[in-house]
Amino acid sequence: MKFRLYRYNPESGKQPYMQDVELDIDPAGRMLLDALLAIKARDETLSLRRSCREGVCGSDAMNVNGRNRLACITPLGELSEPIEIRPLPGLPVIRDLIVDMEPFYRQYRSIKPWLINDDPVPETERPQSPEDRALLDGAYECILCACCTTACPSFWWNPDKFVGPAGLLQAYRFIADSRDEAMAARLDNLEDPYRLYRCRGIMNCVDACPKGLNPTEAIGRIKALLVKRRV
Amino acid sequence: MKTRRFDALIVGGGGAGLRAALQLARSDYKVAVVSKVFPTRSHTVSAQGGITAALANVDDDRWEWHMYDTVKGGDWLGDQDAIEFMCREAVTAVYELEHMGLPFSRLDNGRIYQRPFGGQSKNFGGDQATRTCAAADRTGHALLHTLYQQNIACRTQFFDEYFALDLLRDAEGYCLGIAAMSIGTGEPLLIEARTTLLATGGAGRVFWNSSNAMINTGDGLGMVLRAGLPLQDMEFWQFHPTGIAGVGCLITEGVRGEGGYLLNGNGERFMERYAPHAKDLASRDVVARAIAIEIAEGRGCGPASPQRGGGYVHLKLDHLGEKTIAEKLPGIRDLAIRFAGVDPVEKPIPVAPTAHYMMGGIPTNLYGQVVAPARYGPEEPVPGLYAVGECACVSVHGANRLGGNSLLDLIVFGRAAGRHMQEYLRDNPYPRPLPGDAAEASLARLRRWDRAGGERVAAISDDLRRLMQGHAGVFRTDAVLREGLESLNELEERLVRAGLQDTSRIFNTARIEALELENLMGVARATLVSAIGRTESRGAHTREDFPVRDDERWLKHTLYSRAGDHVDTKPVRLKPLTVESIRPQEREY
Repeated sequence: MKFRLYRYNPESGKQPYMQDVELDIDPAGRMLLDALLAIKARDETLSLRRSCREGVCGSDAMNVNGRNRLACITPLGELSEPIEIRPLPGLPVIRDLIVDMEPFYRQYRSIKPWLINDDPVPETERPQSPEDRALLDGAYECILCACCTTACPSFWWNPDKFVGPAGLLQAYRFIADSRDEAMAARLDNLEDPYRLYRCRGIMNCVDACPKGLNPTEAIGRIKALLVKRRV
Repeated sequence: MKTRRFDALIVGGGGAGLRAALQLARSDYKVAVVSKVFPTRSHTVSAQGGITAALANVDDDRWEWHMYDTVKGGDWLGDQDAIEFMCREAVTAVYELEHMGLPFSRLDNGRIYQRPFGGQSKNFGGDQATRTCAAADRTGHALLHTLYQQNIACRTQFFDEYFALDLLRDAEGYCLGIAAMSIGTGEPLLIEARTTLLATGGAGRVFWNSSNAMINTGDGLGMVLRAGLPLQDMEFWQFHPTGIAGVGCLITEGVRGEGGYLLNGNGERFMERYAPHAKDLASRDVVARAIAIEIAEGRGCGPASPQRGGGYVHLKLDHLGEKTIAEKLPGIRDLAIRFAGVDPVEKPIPVAPTAHYMMGGIPTNLYGQVVAPARYGPEEPVPGLYAVGECACVSVHGANRLGGNSLLDLIVFGRAAGRHMQEYLRDNPYPRPLPGDAAEASLARLRRWDRAGGERVAAISDDLRRLMQGHAGVFRTDAVLREGLESLNELEERLVRAGLQDTSRIFNTARIEALELENLMGVARATLVSAIGRTESRGAHTREDFPVRDDERWLKHTLYSRAGDHVDTKPVRLKPLTVESIRPQEREY
């Protein structure tokens, strides 16, 4: 199979370039990560992140034939050749397929991604109805891979000011949690022309999410709550 | 050399490390977490089925029953004081997670959802219990993210993408921190701390067919061996019955808990023959052996093919209906479609045993303190050093871990160690001086990989995994294990000659893989030598040449030391803290 890999080694003094690689591999039942690791076994200078190899840890997000995907759950057979692989767009490249995720993590931290509830701690669990719990489905499953946020043109323009789809989906996860008491403060934190309203409903995030989540919908719900609170 | 100083240092950003870090961060001590990956990429994230605690939300339950099941599940090798502690603390530890925001699935009355899991019973071996608390089939993900979030709230200091090299110790044996390396820059860093906790997780990547993340390379175990400290019960590796055939990705026991079952090539529910009472929900070692026997005796499903690793059985769950599967097992459905090419709503999933969990590890007491044989008396804590989670051996899992008990282990002992480390910090208010040459060995190890060489690390790595798969798998004999050990000697010689093509500094993952391989080599040796030593079959350690459990000679832990490949033993603590001892019995399911 034919691959075109984005290569960049900051120590080499060379500009980034695309490397053509051919690999003898049967795509049946194999994922893109298998191929990349086979290439790395031959040329160990190729650098990428990987961990769980089953799509739950979010390490190996990359841009594959123009789309942000997790290499470990992208079937090789689905991809048209040459398979062009680049680092996630919109974040500084450290080396090869490894990007600096800090701008993404900073936005995640900015939404205070933890449950806030200052009531006295009960002796057992805080009850939550199955219906209330169902509101978290589609939000809590985020694996922080950054496929969505780095597919978002609004984030490319304002990575320092726009929270981005992943961060906003997590903000919604806590706003929607019946056990959380900080909804007002959370909405205040987002009511800003950049932090929330840079989302223009382009919906690249929905297309990019490898877990099938829908950040645009969650962002719409946050906007609706803000409207509701004004009237 | 760059040096940073903290009160407490946690090595590893998975569930155990983050739970301990949280305990310390909340107490205002200065705590740092070193992790070779961003914390939510740790392997805890892959845990599916749940965390076990006798909450009695669905059915009658008592922690004493949970304790009995854990002792029996571990084939009486677990220490009963630690098991009592874990099962008792389980209830509050799980409530605490809920208070932190963990999105547990819920029952109609709003309480935490619980499901049946293997090896769980009511009334000391009676009917099936319903004890495992779950967030759908993503409990580990929910747990790890929740703990990470709480740690951000408490401003724990994170060293993400730093690789731990070695423990720093002084002449009196005190642990004073670690030598680490920034993966991003390749620069070494000393992190001094009055107390250090190893929470580096398992080493399942030592096997070819494994459910484990690629980062599970036993780094903490390597550090401990290099420090001259022993590892306990390393012959005990759990092979999970239901890995996706040929791939190894895990299909949770929760599938069988929700009513799924196994079928062989003749369409027979074969578990009825092996475990007439518990059937598909017998302990994991029992089910994994049964599947291995079915396949070996020609009753597997489908043709033997390289794709499927030469045989598998079927895990049937389509009868549960699409609604239950979508609500309770959505992640499993996703994995099966992606990796096995079958939608479990319609067709059974092809499964086979896959290396999953290391019961052995760094010996600790129930406060998480690492213990080592003392010159006088049986054993004593290594001052300043703690270990928790899969890398540790308390031992609560004995010879075979029950499903749902590993997340519990992380939380209960992470919290206990965090508490004890606070006491230690109070009792030891002043940092001890770091000897000038404390990091010398680590730096030499780093320099060693600047050298070019003929042998390739990746090739040795592959050969090691094949070796362990072939020589330390579900069924073992003296001859096969010894053969494995000889091959390992050859691999070690090859490793000496190995070198890297890539000697760059910035994000050199090849160098990290070489350092990881050194750790895996130590784990492999400990496993083979300990397995040769234990001439009985107990729990997950099945010796075809010694097919029965031998309580007279082997109701004890093994302690492997690297010096001279020495295997010592120490007694199993059969006395619990407050309740009566559970005497060894024939183990039937």
